[in-house]
Amino acid sequence: MRLSILLTGVGGHGILTAASILGKASLKAGYNVLVSEVHGMAQRGGIVNCNVRIGDVYSPLIPKGGADVIISTEPIEALRQIDKANEKTLIITDVNPVIPPTIYFSEVSYPEVEKVLEELGRTCKLCAINAGELAKKAGNVLAKNVVLLGALSAFDVLPFDSKLLLETIAESLPYKDVNTRAFKLGEEEVRKKYKGINMRRSQTGKRDEIVLR
Amino acid sequence: MEIIEAKPGDKLLLLGNEAIARGALEAGVDFVTTYPGTPSSEIADTFSAIAKYLRKKGKEVPFYFEYSVNEKVALEIAAAASFCKLRALTCMKHVGLNVASDALMTYAYVGCKGGHIIVSADDPYCHSSQNEQDNRYYAIFANIPMLEPSNAQEAKEMAKEGMEISEEIGLPLLLRTTTRISHTRGVVEVGELGKPRRKGHFEKDPMMVTVPITARARHPVLIEKMERAEKLSEKSRFNEIIENGGGFGIVASGVSVAHSLEAINMLGIEADILKIGFTNPLPKKLCEKFLEEHDKVLVVEELEPLLEHRLKQIAFDAGLKVEIYGKDSKHFTRLYEYTPDKVADAISKLLNLDFSPSENKPSIDLPQRPPVMCPGCPHRASYYAVKQVAPKDVIYPTDIGCYTLGKYPPLEIADVLLCMGSNAGTSCGFSKATDQKIISFMGDSTFFHAGIPAVIDAVHHNHDCVITILDNRTTAMTGHQPHPGVAEGGMGEEVKAVSVEEVVKGLGVKDVHVVDPRDLEKTKEAFRKALNYKGPSVVVCKAPCVLLDLREKRRKGEKIKKYQVNQNKCKKCKVCVLKFGCPAIFFDGEKVMINEEMCTGCGVCAQVCPFNAIEVKE
Repeated sequence: MRLSILLTGVGGHGILTAASILGKASLKAGYNVLVSEVHGMAQRGGIVNCNVRIGDVYSPLIPKGGADVIISTEPIEALRQIDKANEKTLIITDVNPVIPPTIYFSEVSYPEVEKVLEELGRTCKLCAINAGELAKKAGNVLAKNVVLLGALSAFDVLPFDSKLLLETIAESLPYKDVNTRAFKLGEEEVRKKYKGINMRRSQTGKRDEIVLR
Repeated sequence: MEIIEAKPGDKLLLLGNEAIARGALEAGVDFVTTYPGTPSSEIADTFSAIAKYLRKKGKEVPFYFEYSVNEKVALEIAAAASFCKLRALTCMKHVGLNVASDALMTYAYVGCKGGHIIVSADDPYCHSSQNEQDNRYYAIFANIPMLEPSNAQEAKEMAKEGMEISEEIGLPLLLRTTTRISHTRGVVEVGELGKPRRKGHFEKDPMMVTVPITARARHPVLIEKMERAEKLSEKSRFNEIIENGGGFGIVASGVSVAHSLEAINMLGIEADILKIGFTNPLPKKLCEKFLEEHDKVLVVEELEPLLEHRLKQIAFDAGLKVEIYGKDSKHFTRLYEYTPDKVADAISKLLNLDFSPSENKPSIDLPQRPPVMCPGCPHRASYYAVKQVAPKDVIYPTDIGCYTLGKYPPLEIADVLLCMGSNAGTSCGFSKATDQKIISFMGDSTFFHAGIPAVIDAVHHNHDCVITILDNRTTAMTGHQPHPGVAEGGMGEEVKAVSVEEVVKGLGVKDVHVVDPRDLEKTKEAFRKALNYKGPSVVVCKAPCVLLDLREKRRKGEKIKKYQVNQNKCKKCKVCVLKFGCPAIFFDGEKVMINEEMCTGCGVCAQVCPFNAIEVKE
C-alpha cells in the first residue's frame, strides 16, 4: 500500500494542521507515514505545500505525476501543483479564490475560477466544493481545512476508516463541535455531489473511477 | 506532552527536529542552547515547551535551556557546560554556524569533556534562507565528527548515540540535517529517557588556554582524536550497504538515501546502496569495499560534490578502476534540493533507461504568491512612513526577518542584504562611499544578535546614516521566540529585559527616536528629524508583532476592531491598495473593500486614506 497526498494552499489556511492530522491518523491505523512541511517564509501568506505519504514509501517528497490526491484550499494553488498529478489523481479543492496582492503590480491577473476548474477537470478527477461556505456554516471559516478532510473521507481513498480521521481531529484541535460539523458537512457535500453518478470499484482494485465509500 | 511522557517502545509521529530533541533527552542532555533559525527552530522550541510544561506542573526541569543572544554565544555557553562534564546540545541553522565558527574552530583544539552535539540545519533551495551553503565542510574544516540522518528515526538515534561518540572522542559532533529531514514528520520509536548529571565541576587544565604553544600541542591531539573517530565510523551502524544485487552502486547520505530508494523503486531496477550516516571521518575501508565490488557508482548528495571527491580520492589511493559519477559528470547539479525525480533522471541517463515523468503544466498564466507581511504588521506602517519622507535616492540596507518582505511591491524598501546585522555595517560603508542618504532596517532580535558592533562603529566614526530598529518584541519569523529584549526566558522564567533604546543610548548614539509606527504622523516626524541630523541616528519603531498582539487580545477577551471602506467617501484613488499594500484591502474591479476576516483593526489604513473613507465598523 502506498498513498501520496499533496496538500496545498495559502499560508494561514491550516494546511500543516490538516497534513499533521492525516499523519497522526495513519500512524494510529498502523501505517508508516511521512509528512513533509515547509515552515518560515512560506507561512506569511505565501504558498504552503505539504507532502503526506502513507505506506511503503521512502522519500518525503511526492515525485512528478505521483500524487494520488491533491487537496487545495484555493483553486489556482491546486493548478500550480498540476505537475504532481496524473490523469487518475483526485483533486479536491475549495472554489474560493484568494487574490494575491501581486496582481496589482504585475501583468498577470487572477484567472477566471471557472477556467481553472475546467483545466483541473480536464487533467484529473476533480471534486470542487465551496469549503469556505461550508466552514462558515459549521461555525468558523477557518475550519475549511477540516471540511476538505471530510470531503476526502467520503472517497474510498484512505486506507483507514473515516471515523479514525474524525477521532484524530477531535483529539488534535480545539473547537471540537465546529470541526466535527465541518468534517461532516464536507463528507455530505461529496456524497450529495456524486449522488446518482455511476460509481464503481474497478476490477483491478486500482482507483480507475472516483469511488465513494 | 507525549515527547517527554512517551514510554520506551512507543511510536510517535515526530518532526526530524523533535526527534533530535527526544534523542538528546534519551542521552540525558543537561544543557541546551540555540539561536532560532529555520529549519532548526523546533529542536530548541521543543525544549522550551517541555520546560514550561514541567514548571507549570510544579516538576523539576531536568535540563538548562536558553535562547541565547546569537549562535556564537550559544555555542560558548554550551561548551562551558561540556567543560564541566555536562552533556550539551546547541542548535542553529546553517548560516548560524558561520557566526559560531570562530568558537568552533578552536573548540576542536581544546576539545569537549561532556558530549556536545552541534546541530546545523542546512537549507538546500533556500526555502527560508539567504544562501544554500553546504555545512558539511565545517566538519572537515574544524576536524570534528559528523553524523547525517536520513529520516526522523535516525535523527533521534544519532542525537543519542552522537552524544556518546562526542564524549568518547572528546570532540564536539556536528549533526547535520537539511530542511527535508528537519521538517519531515516520520514514525519514531522512542527509547528510555536518559539521566542528566545536572551539575558539573570544572577542573582546571592549562592545556585549555590556547596560547600559541598550547595550540601547537593541541593540533596533533585533534588529529589523533579524528583517527580514533575514523575507527568508530568504520564500525558504525549508521554506515551500511543495502544490497539489492547489482553491478550498479549508489552512494548516498541524508535525505538523498530516501530519494535514491524511491528512484530505484520508480525505475524498477536493482542497485546496491552504500548509505553513509557517519560522514566525517568517512569509513574508508567500507567505501573501498563498495567501490571495489561495483563497476559503476553514482554519488547522490545535495549541494557540493564532497562525498564524490572523497570517494574518488579513496578509489585513486586504492588503485581501483571503478567509474564514479555524480556532479563532475553532470548527472547532478550543485544547485537546490533533490527530488526522487531528479535522482531517477540521473540514474536513467547513466544506465540508458527510459524515464519520462508526468509533464503536466498549467496552460494558464498564474499570478505569483510570494509571502507578504501580515495584515496589521507594524513593519508595513514603519515602511510606509519612511517612504513618505525619504528623499528619492535613499539607500535601504535591510536585514534578516519578516521585514525583509518589504522588498516586494508596493513598498520596495530593501536594497541590500548579506547576513544578520549587515544592515548597520553596510550603512556605515554607504555613508562614506556615497553622498546618498541611508535608512537601514533591522529587527530587535537582529539588533541584539549582530547589530550592536556596527552601531558602535557608526558612533565612533560618525557615519551619517539612519538606522531603524523595528522592535516588535519578539523573534517573529522563526516562530516568536523570546530575545534579550523581553522579560520571559525560554523556560518561561522571569529574566531581565534589555531595553533596545537604552543600549543604543549607551553606545553613544545622540539622536535617538522611539515611536509607535502605527502613528504615522509621529513616525514621519521622527524620520524627518533623523534624516536632518548629521551623524548616526537611530529610530526605534516599537509595536508588538500583530500575531502576538491578536493572541493577547483574544486571551483577554478584548474585542478586535474592524475597519471598512465608506463607499460614499471613497474616490478609488487606491492609495491603500497600490501604495500601502495591506493584504486585507482589495479592489474587486469596482470597489475598494476590506476583508473583515483578515482585518486586525490596526487603523493605519485609515491614516493612509487621503479622503478619510476608511472607518471603524460599528
